[in-house]
Amino acid sequence: MSTPLATAIAPDLGAPASSPSLILARGLTKRFGEFTAVDAIDFDVAPGESFGFLGPNGAGKTSTMRMIGCVSPLSGGTLQILGLDPEAHGPQIRARLGVVPQQDTLDTELTVRENLLIYGRYFGLSRAECATRADELLEFAQLGERAGDQVERLSGGMKRRLTIARSLINEPDVLLLDEPTTGLDPQARHLLWDRLYRLKQRGVTLVLTTHYMDEAEQLCDRLVVMDKAKIVAEGSPRSLIEQYSTREVTELRFAPGVQETLDGQLDGLAERIERLPDRVLLYADDGEAAVAAAHARGLQPEQVLVRRSSLEDVFLRLTGRSLIE
Amino acid sequence: MTAFPLTTGLLGSRRSLRLIERNLFVYKHGWIIILSGFFEPLFYLLSIGFGLGALIGSIAGPGGQAIPYQLFVAPALLASSAMNGAITEATFNFFFKLNYNKTFEAILSTPLSAGDVAVGELGWALIRGGLYAVGFMVVMVVLGLVVSPWVILAVPAALLIGFAFGAVGMAATSFMKTWQDFDLIQLVVLPLFLFSATFYPIETYPEVLRVIVQLTPLYQGVDLIRSLTVGVLSPVLLFHVAYLLVMGFAGLWVVARRLDKLLLK
Amino acid sequence: MTALAHPRSGIGRVFEHRFMQYRRSYRASIFSSFLTPVLFLAAMGVGLGSYVDGSTSPALAGLSYLAFLAPGLLAATCMQSAAFEAAFPIMSGLVWSRTFHAMHATPIDGRDIVLGNFAWIGARMVLVATVFTVIIVLFGAAASPLIVLAIPAAALTGLAFAAPIMAFAATQRTPNKFNAVFRFGITPLFLFSGTFYPVDSLPAAIQPLAWVTPLYHGVALTRALSLGTVGGAPGLALIHLAVLLAFIAVGLWFAYRTVGKTLLRG
Repeated sequence: MSTPLATAIAPDLGAPASSPSLILARGLTKRFGEFTAVDAIDFDVAPGESFGFLGPNGAGKTSTMRMIGCVSPLSGGTLQILGLDPEAHGPQIRARLGVVPQQDTLDTELTVRENLLIYGRYFGLSRAECATRADELLEFAQLGERAGDQVERLSGGMKRRLTIARSLINEPDVLLLDEPTTGLDPQARHLLWDRLYRLKQRGVTLVLTTHYMDEAEQLCDRLVVMDKAKIVAEGSPRSLIEQYSTREVTELRFAPGVQETLDGQLDGLAERIERLPDRVLLYADDGEAAVAAAHARGLQPEQVLVRRSSLEDVFLRLTGRSLIE
Repeated sequence: MTAFPLTTGLLGSRRSLRLIERNLFVYKHGWIIILSGFFEPLFYLLSIGFGLGALIGSIAGPGGQAIPYQLFVAPALLASSAMNGAITEATFNFFFKLNYNKTFEAILSTPLSAGDVAVGELGWALIRGGLYAVGFMVVMVVLGLVVSPWVILAVPAALLIGFAFGAVGMAATSFMKTWQDFDLIQLVVLPLFLFSATFYPIETYPEVLRVIVQLTPLYQGVDLIRSLTVGVLSPVLLFHVAYLLVMGFAGLWVVARRLDKLLLK
Repeated sequence: MTALAHPRSGIGRVFEHRFMQYRRSYRASIFSSFLTPVLFLAAMGVGLGSYVDGSTSPALAGLSYLAFLAPGLLAATCMQSAAFEAAFPIMSGLVWSRTFHAMHATPIDGRDIVLGNFAWIGARMVLVATVFTVIIVLFGAAASPLIVLAIPAAALTGLAFAAPIMAFAATQRTPNKFNAVFRFGITPLFLFSGTFYPVDSLPAAIQPLAWVTPLYHGVALTRALSLGTVGGAPGLALIHLAVLLAFIAVGLWFAYRTVGKTLLRG
C-alpha cells in the first residue's frame, strides 16, 4: 500500500467532523442474490463503548459483522469505520481492527506462538515487535505453557483464547467478536468474559454478537436486537428490560390438562400474560402479588417461580418463540 | 470500484511477501513435502528417459540432429513439471485455501487483500518451482545430460512457464464454482502434458495437428527449454518467451478484475 | 425386532451410501475414465510407439509397442484410481464428514464399513477396466479374446492396492502422508513396474524390488491375458493371481483392525 495512513484519513468522507462515532451505519444492506440478509439498518458505535448485536440465528448479525470487518462489500447504504469508507480504505481500516470470527480460523499448520507471530507480520509489525507482543498475549490468554504446541492439540476454550489473543496483536482500536463464547464450557466462558472486560477497561471498543442473554448483560453497554435482517430494538440491557418487559416474571406450571381449562381465569392478573405449551408467564412488577392474586382466584399451580425479568424475556418477546433457522 | 488496491497488490505489494513468510513457517515443519515435489520429474526421467529410452535409442532433436532420447525428454519433463506445479498451486490449492481453509479467511481480515494472497501464493509456487528447476538441473549434470552452456537459461524459462500457467490457472479458478469444475482443468492439462511434443518430436504429427500443437502454450515451454538444453538457438525462441509473457499478464489482468468480487462475499 | 437387517446386509447399505455419493459426480468420473486411456494410448502407444517400433531393440520381441503398453496402462490406471478411492473417501468418512461414525451408531459395524467400501471400489474398478478394455480393442491393441479376462485381472490389481491403503488411511488424521504415498509409492510403481517397458530392462539390482510389488504381478497377468500368452505359462499366471489375492486378504485384515480402532476412538 503506497498511501500513507495519514493521507487516507482525510476529513472529506462525508461524516460530520464532530461525529463521535467510531462506526456509523445508515441504511446498511447486504443481499445475497434474492435473499436480504441485512435490511437497511442504522446504528452508531461510540469510542470505548461495548456494543452488542443480539438476535436469533439467521437474523443478519454475522453479515453485519463481516461488512464492518471490511471483508464483505455493501449491497446498499453507507458505512463508516474510524471515519473511513470500507470500500476505498479496506486495508487501512482492517489494520486497526481485531477480528474474532464465529469459528476459529487459526492456522492449523503452525504452532500456537507462530500463529501470533505471523499474524503480527500480516499487519506489518517488525519481527522483534511481533515476538514481544506474542509473549505478552500468550500470558494474557494463559497459553504460555502451550506456546510450542500445534494448534490442533488445544481444547476448544484454549483455541478461542488464542483467537482472541491473535486479534489483539495489532493493538486494535476496535475488537469485533462474533459469538465469542458459543460452544464453550462455563469455566472457559467466564475466563473469556474476564479477559474481554479487562480490554474494555483499557478503552478498547468492543463490538460483539451473541445469542446468550447473560453474555449480553455482562458485556454490553448498549445493544441492538436484530430479527429477520432488521433492528427491532435498541438500548442498554436495563432500558430494554424496562421497555419491553416488567420488573419480575412469574412462571406458573399446572398439572397436565389443567392449563387448557383456564379460559378467562387468568385475565387481569398481570400487565401481560403469555401462555406457553407447558406453563403460563405472568409479567408484573410485583411477582408475589401476582401469585397471591392467582391463588385468590382459586388457581392451583403445581409449581410457582418468581424471578427477575431478564434480557431473555425481551429477546423472546421481540423475536418470537418459534424456532428460526 | 477501486476497492482493495488490487493492481498494486498484483504487481507486487510488499504485503504479499508475508504469505511467503507464512509458507516458510509452515515448511519449517514439513520441508520433506517440499523435497518430495522434486522427485516426480526425476522418476519420470529415469523411467521414461532411461528405461524406455533404451528401447528407442536416439531421436531427432531441435535442428534435426539425432540426440539420445533422455536428452530429448529431460527438458520437456522440466517444462511440464513447471506447468503442473503452477497449475496445481493456482487452481486446486488456491480454491481450497480461499474457500475452505479458515487460515485464509483470517488473513483476509488483516490489511492483506485477496490480491496480496494471490500474488503471495503464486510467488511461493514460483520459488518452489525455481528450487525444483535448479534441482533438476543438478540431476541433469550428474546424469551427463548437459551439452550446452545455454542450459543455464532453462531455470528462468521454467519460472516463466510457471508464471504463465499459474496466472492463467488463477484466472480460471476465479470462474470455478464447485470441485466438479476442476475436472475441466485436468481435461486441459493432461492433453497438454501428453501432446506438446513432450515425448516425441512434433514432426511425428501430420501437418494440421502440428500447427495446432505449435499454437498451444506448453509447446512453447517445451521447445524453449529443449532448444536451450541442446544449444540450438533461433528467433522462434523469442516468440515462445513473448507468448508466455503475454499469457501470464493476460491471466493476471483477468484475476485483478475478478478476484475481490469472487472471494469477498 | 426380527425385521431388523440381516447382520451382513450392512455391507450393502455402505455400498449404497457410496453409490449415492457417486451419483453426484459420475459424469466427470466417467468422462475421465474414458478420456485418460484414449489420451495415453494415443500419445504413448501410437505417437511414441512409432519410435519404439522403429528402433532395433529386441526387448519387445517383435511385439508392437501399443499392444505391449495397453494392458500395462490398464492395470496401472486401476491401481491409481483404486488408491485414490481408498485414501480420501476413507479419510472423509472417518475424519472430515465422519459419516462412518454416524453409520457405526446404527447396526452397521466396522466390518461392514470396510467390506462395503471395498465392494464399492471393486465395482468402480470393474467399470474403469471395462471402459479401458473397450478402448484397447478399438485401438486394435488387443491380441486375444482372452482380454475379456483382463477386466477382472485389472480390477484385482486395483483392489490389491485399495485394501492396504484403506488400512493405512484409517490410521491418519490428516491427508499429509497421502502425498508421500502417492509420490513415493504409486507414481514410482506406475513408472517402474513394467508398465512402459519390460522389467528386465531395469538394472538387475532393482528388478527384485519390482517383483514384490502388486503392480508388477497385476501388469504381468493383465498383459498375459491381453496378448493371449497366458496359456504358455499357466503356473506363472497363478502365482501372479495368488500375490494379488494375498495383498487383498492381508490388507483387508489390517483395514478391519484400523478402521475398527478409529471408530472406537471416536
